[in-house]
Amino acid sequence: MTDMASLMEDRAKPGTPKDPRKPVNWDSPDIARRIKKRYGADRRFKMYGLVAILMALAALLTLGTSIVSKGYTAFFHTYVELEIFFDPAEIDPDRTNDPAVIGRANFDGLIKQNLRNHFPDVTGRSELRQLYDVISGGASYDLRTRVMENPSLIGETRKVWLISGDDFDMLNKGFIDAGGEEASRRLSDAQVGWFQRLVADGAVEKQFHKRFFTGGDSREPELAGIWGAAVGSFYTLIITLLLSFPIGVAAAVYLEEFAPRNRFTYLVEVNINNLAAVPSIVFGLLGLEVYLNLMHLPRSAPLVGGLTLALMTLPTIIIASRAAIKAVPPSIRQAALGLGASKVQTVTHHVLPLAMPGILTGTIIGMAQALGETAPLLMIGMVAFIVDVPGGVTDPATVLPVQIYLWADSPERAFVEKTSAAIMVLLGFLILMNGFAVYLRKKFERKW
Amino acid sequence: MKKTLAVAALLSVAVVGAAQARDQIRIVGSSTVFPFSTAVAEEFGKTTSFKTPVIESTGSGGGIKLFCAGVGENQPDITNASRRIKKSEVETCAKNGIAEVTEVKIGFDGIVLANSKSTDTFKLTKEQIFLAVAKTVPSQDGKSLIDNPYKKWSEIDASLPDIAIEVLGPPPTSGTRDAFVELVMEEACDSFDAIKAIKDNKDQHGAACKGVREDGAFIEAGENDNLIVQKLEANPAALGIFGFSFLDQNGDKLHGSIIDGVAPTFEAIADASYPVSRSMYFYVKNAHVGTIPGIMEYVSEFTSEKAWGDEGYLADRGLIPMPTAEREAVRNAAMNMSPLSM
Repeated sequence: MTDMASLMEDRAKPGTPKDPRKPVNWDSPDIARRIKKRYGADRRFKMYGLVAILMALAALLTLGTSIVSKGYTAFFHTYVELEIFFDPAEIDPDRTNDPAVIGRANFDGLIKQNLRNHFPDVTGRSELRQLYDVISGGASYDLRTRVMENPSLIGETRKVWLISGDDFDMLNKGFIDAGGEEASRRLSDAQVGWFQRLVADGAVEKQFHKRFFTGGDSREPELAGIWGAAVGSFYTLIITLLLSFPIGVAAAVYLEEFAPRNRFTYLVEVNINNLAAVPSIVFGLLGLEVYLNLMHLPRSAPLVGGLTLALMTLPTIIIASRAAIKAVPPSIRQAALGLGASKVQTVTHHVLPLAMPGILTGTIIGMAQALGETAPLLMIGMVAFIVDVPGGVTDPATVLPVQIYLWADSPERAFVEKTSAAIMVLLGFLILMNGFAVYLRKKFERKW
Repeated sequence: MKKTLAVAALLSVAVVGAAQARDQIRIVGSSTVFPFSTAVAEEFGKTTSFKTPVIESTGSGGGIKLFCAGVGENQPDITNASRRIKKSEVETCAKNGIAEVTEVKIGFDGIVLANSKSTDTFKLTKEQIFLAVAKTVPSQDGKSLIDNPYKKWSEIDASLPDIAIEVLGPPPTSGTRDAFVELVMEEACDSFDAIKAIKDNKDQHGAACKGVREDGAFIEAGENDNLIVQKLEANPAALGIFGFSFLDQNGDKLHGSIIDGVAPTFEAIADASYPVSRSMYFYVKNAHVGTIPGIMEYVSEFTSEKAWGDEGYLADRGLIPMPTAEREAVRNAAMNMSPLSM
């Protein structure tokens, strides 16, 4: 300010008799100093911005590396190759080839029998119990599916890759120290010894862990999968979208195009803006009271989750849609009305299509928010252990962020990598959704 | 147009949903029982033709509240609890039309204070433990509460060893911590006159009974009990607080402190003479048996030897089984759906 004032003095002072029309001497040291100062301020300002960006990037990078480095191992799992004799006496004694008979067969016992054959030196009840832990309890279901699909296996001896127990998977991935003291790890020395024998035989391999992407939740880390939660998230978001998009756009159109400007609409506007900032748990309580206690909809269902999240997403969509509608130039409306179009025609033929990129962007951002929400779902029973993959919007289901929370809370060590891997899947979905928003904006964008 | 369509679609979905009968067991309740309950549910889902039950972890109190809300398809069938149901809760249940409830005790949860075998076994009372770990303790004249001044065990009682107080325990987020506070600290605190005197002031009384010192003598060692066990080996002067199963598995390195004259052994926990143990339960709504398929089969799976037996899969997950005779009695009562009476 003082710089400016003194500059003015330098430049003009028309009344002074000394030098009435002296031009500014841009080469004077005084001016040079001031210019330097201005450029310095410029540079510093730019630098602050750069530092802020770099800090954000560093935080993102730390988060990303920590998640990826902990989680990428979950996409592969340790499998053990075992020679299995598909004993007809065990599976299908009467050779009926009836799927019902095969389905009831004791495949667990079959695996145990073959494990005993592989390690004939292991005897004694407690030792055998430890030995059986090498193969996951889920392997018998894999074996059953295999035989059901191909009954000619019965009576044959085949080498089969079987899914290993979670502790052995941890050992193979190096998360359990084989060298440490026996008491300080979950596996006994004998178990480590057996496993090392299998490794020496080349019967241990890390394979792509398909089950992680296709399975539902489980208490056994090696059987737990993300698919149940992903489907739950999908159903929930579909309901949210079906409800909040039409209502949100309709509300925005009415408020922008039809509503009279009076105290009432002003009040509505203020309330919508406030609702956008209400903590999400409040919507959960509202959902509990209205949908469960009043309307008696089923608990833990994506239907109720979607209805609740729709309430939460509505203000976001309304605000974004209003901004997009407001950005359509008035001349377009005037031209349409001038050519004889009705108000509804003006809105549906001209204003809405032009505002659509903005509306869609707002909607997708709102949906991405809903995808990451857990708090309101706690109240309506979606934070639960659910094994079956939901088949519809009224089946009990959980969602991706809840699954992450449940796994992070589980005592088994193998759930650490599952948690990080699930976070990666969730982030993948978010990036996809935001990418889609960018694509829509680019595709429908119009310039005047 | 879009709106009407969407609303119509939604309503039809809602109607279909409500009309569908529930064929899946719904369980709510304690987070302590959650790991056992989910393990049984998964096994049940895999080995029977019934759907795998849905289990919510709501806490014991929250679970009973949901459980007692009424009879019907939208109400849970079973609630897990890490304490026994209270009389007032049974009355609430009855008021809401739930006359008959079957109680199934599933086993025990013992909490031990243990130290390395290279140091002598501690013989403690609950009051002494309270004085060692509480944030505020009664002053010498017993009239007021002061910040915990005790640095050594011998300052609390001359019979205790002359070593610095160092207790490794779980953080407040842990269920073990809750149980420790409830079973040791809250029981001991009213034996001090200075704390009893403020009983009417709920906030102050609660803070005095539940507050754990933060001056370094009580160390929050993380949720992982295995970590505490390892730290105890490295530091023979320290005491650790964790679940009994970890002491059981590390019996060659650690020994449990004798509390109120009882050592933490399997038998002492099972017959409830060891003071820091609690029973775990689940409660079944009798009115739902027969309406919701699979409840009896689930109870049967939970109470089978392969689940809750001495070598069952629940013992692998840390359950302390009841004695064989009691297991049998509980199983029989459960399978007969003998209603609970208080």
